Amino acid sequence: MSKLPEMISKHQEAIRADWLKQMSGAVRRADLMSNEEIDSQSRELLTTIASGAKSGGITNLDGPAWTPAREALAAISASRAKQGFTTSETAIFVLSLKQPLFAMVRKELAASPDAVFDEIWKATLLLDNLALITADAFQTTREKFIARQQEELMELSTPVVKLWDGILALPIIGTLDSARTQVVMESLLQAVVQTNSRFAIIDITGVPTVDTLVAQHLLKTITAARLMGAECIISGVRPQIAQTIVHLGIDLANVITKAKLADAFALALQRTGKTVVAMDSGNAKKTLFKKEE
Amino acid sequence: MERIPILRMGQFLLVTIQVDMHDRLAVQLQDDLTEKISEWSSRGVLIDISTLEIVDSFIGRMLANIAAMARVLDAETVVVGMQPAVAITLVELGMSLAGVRTALNVETGMELLYELRGDFHSEMGG
Amino acid sequence: MKSVKQETVLLTTSGDVVVARQKVRQWAMEMKFTLVDQTKLVTAASELARNALDHGKGGQMVIEHVENSIRNGLKLVFEDRGPGIPDIEAALRDGFTTAGGMGLGLGGSKRLVNDFQIESEPGKGTRITVVRWK
Repeated sequence: MSKLPEMISKHQEAIRADWLKQMSGAVRRADLMSNEEIDSQSRELLTTIASGAKSGGITNLDGPAWTPAREALAAISASRAKQGFTTSETAIFVLSLKQPLFAMVRKELAASPDAVFDEIWKATLLLDNLALITADAFQTTREKFIARQQEELMELSTPVVKLWDGILALPIIGTLDSARTQVVMESLLQAVVQTNSRFAIIDITGVPTVDTLVAQHLLKTITAARLMGAECIISGVRPQIAQTIVHLGIDLANVITKAKLADAFALALQRTGKTVVAMDSGNAKKTLFKKEE
Repeated sequence: MERIPILRMGQFLLVTIQVDMHDRLAVQLQDDLTEKISEWSSRGVLIDISTLEIVDSFIGRMLANIAAMARVLDAETVVVGMQPAVAITLVELGMSLAGVRTALNVETGMELLYELRGDFHSEMGG
Repeated sequence: MKSVKQETVLLTTSGDVVVARQKVRQWAMEMKFTLVDQTKLVTAASELARNALDHGKGGQMVIEHVENSIRNGLKLVFEDRGPGIPDIEAALRDGFTTAGGMGLGLGGSKRLVNDFQIESEPGKGTRITVVRWK
């Protein structure tokens, strides 16, 4: 039976004072967190460890007795991940508890060297386990954080704008990857249904490069739109992109392409039976677009 | 047996698919449609799938078959109202329904049918 | 991959394919998949359930809500006791067909999910496992 739980409970304040001293040397990041914060975190953690060890033993940390300690560690890792600590800085926060704990064991069991070794070994295992829990929690927080940022980026993606009755435009700016293309494609097709548009112009003036994958995504969007009964026109194909497309062997034979967004718009107007006419100089009524009768 | 109703509108046939079709019902529709086209000498078929939540390769094949068979019987087929999610999925599945004409809704679908069968207007005009 | 809950749907008649589709739709909605993801899952389920019925002489589909450390996923396992697939690579190719269809069933459904795995033993049957992650 280990004496560790009992010793931690008894000397909790002394261990903590020693621990704080340790940290001020090794892992304090005054730029990232205040003294008060460290103070309250260390107090909470040590209290939950003491109670976990007392009622749950120190070999298995999965049980309900250790739940408060695990949660405290998860919360500490999460806040540190957000504050910008590195993984090792976060792990060292827990590992720096080793020295105070070992010192306490040695002092308490000075009479029996065998018992000292035994208890220090157990304390090492305990702290290693706690450090692993911390690292896991840190990692999870980071991953969730990244996933959320990706989602947010997606949302500001690309607006679909209505140019005229039955004609939509989707100006794409920036690199297209498959996740973004999927979002863009969905919002375009959704808008086609909502606005009852027969024509959708996809303008790629702002797209730096087109590779095989992006071209395939564009083709899929065009095919999907066609299945719904709408026609896509690609505009803003820059000379070097035209070259790339041909070199990559991408077949755009069944796709209408135009150099400029304006050309695509004119084509869509024409296909819907409308045309652009110059204003009569003497005519005050501005009829820019006239429906062909 | 359960059947999908086929409506006759002049020289066109109108079918609205509203149920989650099992395969036998789809085959039945194919048979019924070709029979009606021939019986009524219909010149066009409009299939409204706007309430259909999925089109898998089986239903896709049925739509392609209907279009091809109707063509042989001298009728045009227009499929209308496919939902965006359905269209995206169908493309991913690898089907583009190349031989099938499409329109956004029943109204534009009818316009397309009239456009394709221009002879209707000349008949009416004398 | 941890299992959260699961349910089994038997596939013995063509009506069961409809039931399988409805079940997958219901689960995908409960797990809050986007409409497009729901549609992809239901379509893949429809293809694979029909596959188990037409080529595997019936079988079952197990729907399972799974999770790993950061994501939730919907896992579908189709099992049949049919003749098995002798050449899996060929069966996955678009245009491969034994039943006179368009041959998009297997290869097509693979493109609708994130993970796709076929195990088949000639004479004993086929198990196809697919997962779509959120």
